[in-house]
Amino acid sequence: MAETAYQGRLHLLQKDLMSQYYGELTASAEGSGVPAAYLLIGGNPVELLRALDILPVYPEVNALQLAVKKQSLAHIQAAEGMGYSTDNCAYVKADIGLYFAGRKTPFATIPEPSLLLCNYVGCNVYLHWFDHLAEYTKRPTFHLDIPFIRNASGRPSSDDMAYVLRQLEQLVAVCEEIAGKRLDPQRLRRVVELSSQTGRLWSEIKHLTKSAPAPYDAYFDSVTMMAPLYCLRGTEEGLTFFQTARDEYAQMAADGKGPLEREDFRFVIEGPPPWPYLRVFRDMFARWNAVAVASTYSTVGGLWEFGFAHDPDHPMESIAEHLLTWNLTNRNFLQRYDQIDRYLKEWNADALVIHSVKSCRLFSAGQGDMRDYFTQRGVPTLLVESDLEDPRYFSEAQMRTRIDAFFESLAHRKLTAAAGA
Amino acid sequence: MNIEVINRFDELIDECIETFESLDFPEARAWKSAEPGRALIGCFPVYAPVEIFHAAGALPVGLAGAGNRLEISHADARFQSFVCSIIKSTLELGMVGKLDDFDGLVFHSICDPARNLASVFTRNFPNTRVEYVHFPQRLHSEEAVTYLEREYRRILDWATATTGRSVTDEELRRSIALYNAIRTGIRWLYDFRRAEPHKLSTRELYALVRYGHVAPPEKHLRLLTHAFDELQRREGKPKDRARILLVGSFCEQPPLDLIASIESAGCYVVDDDFLLGRRFFSADVADSRNPLRDLADAYVNHSVDSSVKHDLGHSKAEALVARARAYDADAVVVLTAKFCEPALFDYALYRKAFHEAGMPHVFLEFEEKMWLFDKVKTEIETFVESLLFT
Ligand code: SF4
Ligand code: SF4
Repeated sequence: MAETAYQGRLHLLQKDLMSQYYGELTASAEGSGVPAAYLLIGGNPVELLRALDILPVYPEVNALQLAVKKQSLAHIQAAEGMGYSTDNCAYVKADIGLYFAGRKTPFATIPEPSLLLCNYVGCNVYLHWFDHLAEYTKRPTFHLDIPFIRNASGRPSSDDMAYVLRQLEQLVAVCEEIAGKRLDPQRLRRVVELSSQTGRLWSEIKHLTKSAPAPYDAYFDSVTMMAPLYCLRGTEEGLTFFQTARDEYAQMAADGKGPLEREDFRFVIEGPPPWPYLRVFRDMFARWNAVAVASTYSTVGGLWEFGFAHDPDHPMESIAEHLLTWNLTNRNFLQRYDQIDRYLKEWNADALVIHSVKSCRLFSAGQGDMRDYFTQRGVPTLLVESDLEDPRYFSEAQMRTRIDAFFESLAHRKLTAAAGA
Repeated sequence: MNIEVINRFDELIDECIETFESLDFPEARAWKSAEPGRALIGCFPVYAPVEIFHAAGALPVGLAGAGNRLEISHADARFQSFVCSIIKSTLELGMVGKLDDFDGLVFHSICDPARNLASVFTRNFPNTRVEYVHFPQRLHSEEAVTYLEREYRRILDWATATTGRSVTDEELRRSIALYNAIRTGIRWLYDFRRAEPHKLSTRELYALVRYGHVAPPEKHLRLLTHAFDELQRREGKPKDRARILLVGSFCEQPPLDLIASIESAGCYVVDDDFLLGRRFFSADVADSRNPLRDLADAYVNHSVDSSVKHDLGHSKAEALVARARAYDADAVVVLTAKFCEPALFDYALYRKAFHEAGMPHVFLEFEEKMWLFDKVKTEIETFVESLLFT
């Protein structure tokens, strides 16, 4: 089979922007004087850092870049040599391995943190990860404790909101110290405004895959947009990137074009991708002309497509809302079922694929129950297992067989349905 | 179990074991059926604010998995192979009807599998009330106490809605006093074993503590008092054994035989973290005019180190080494449940601290469902031998 070419103009623009961003990281590592703060993807409050000219560094993004470039295993094994278990999240291991290897990657030198901002948004591994970094780096740490969504309404209580706002005030004080300047409310307003516009564009982009064919793959192409969404949100360049993306995909939708020549199947996908085998994994779907029209993974850092946008008139409150409510990681597992349900219906999908990754139990623990829920509702559901970072858990032949069998039966189903109609 | 009529200590221990090994929660169910309107609230590890449930008129029952006494035939289709056993055995208990008498179940923010398990219970058991407590991770701050006090208020409302009773501050204070007394009793037993490990085996100590997981607290306190009297009279001579400190088993529990075999391998256990939630505080919960705040303050400011607490302001690993030294331990045994990320993460830091401090240690994994643990036993024996003969 000929190689499918997926790379478009947008991918190139993304590459440019990300290499600029990584250039800033390297410069900071080499003494540019710009302070860097490590933070986590879940509901990331990047606006506060941007407003104070602190560089955001996401160890998760670094770890996944290492995996994509097939550089993760050596770091994972180095961490295992230090006593980390084969059963620990491999993002953490890759990052810690990298830290002790001198923080040099093919894409950047990662600066030492001036601040470890542990935005504890749902994932309990985050806490371990940053506790460990704190022990190794001896750098200042700020734990931002975000109460988990634990009621049926799916909304945080006013107590939770007050608790988070109070912490955000303290965080500002800590960041001001690191930045060596006071937070300018006008600047914060502007950053939040940029973030708000970026979020709206991202939401628009996500709704575009409701068209058939979908103008891009909401899993494999969304991940290209996710790095700018976290690393560059709140900047002018970030906004320009999303304007370009929206224009390009809106045009494709208008022209009836998609990422593949044909779109035979539309699926929703749950779970993070197998970064070390991203391309191989994508091809497994492409050969069936199957396109992801929505993905839960693209909402870990923020869930914009259901109506959220930052509010420049209430910057702190909207940052708090984002942390508490508008991201996948802080939502409970049943809210994820609802999210998938909405995707299946509103994005008009034929099936659900669950990619269950060993590293990330936040995502995966209980996905068998999720499969049961959707199967009972008559949604063709496939659950496959591998990992997001550790290449040792990807069994290509087995994965291909499972995916082929699934789409074969889906094709059969479609045929029979068409014959019956 | 009738504590007062059993006069031999070893029989008492056997009865405790029989009670908690039963998957039918006999004491809890007997308590519930004794009077109409009583409720059972199952508490997943590690720590639960049991006083709140008790004051609301429910019996808080500690859930500790199903050990090797239940075949997992439904739950492993819901939770994958790389998830720890207690998650699956707890769900399995529900799926085979063993939790039918429970009116409510409570889970806590200890790890991601437990978090998702709360949701899976919510969906699969619509007639059981499921609650989730988010413990603050920004410890040692006033706002964490205020936050947790409000969280406890919410939990209290949930508990009273479950039992249909309202609760006064006075009742809450009485419950706190009762559990304070129990925690004091348990701390006393731990001190006793540390000082005279030849008079109280870890198997016995474990049985005395774990009984409280599944029995009414009033009765547990009577048991502890009884044990206190018994132990004062006990005689015995110390043997030449290695003194070890054990960590890593704070949530899923190793099979009892494995626990017993640690000592029979030739050592004394000077401290452990089995069922850590039952003695989570280093001192009594205060008694002020605001009992929920007292409980919150105890969690935030006076609870012991654990793998499910973070941002402690000190190094957990260094504190562990210091404790091992203070207890005159020759070595540390790290015994963690397979796939338990909190324990496994901590181990990486412990290991570094052990090396730096020259503290011998061994790392072992278990699963509650283990039948055969010859390998673990042999590893412990070899380790203990190496300690005794160096
Ligand atoms: S467990 Fe999942 S969300 Fe948490 S750090 Fe690992 S990959 Fe990220
Ligand atoms: S044994 Fe560990 S991973 Fe399993 S539920 Fe308990 S804390 Fe979580």
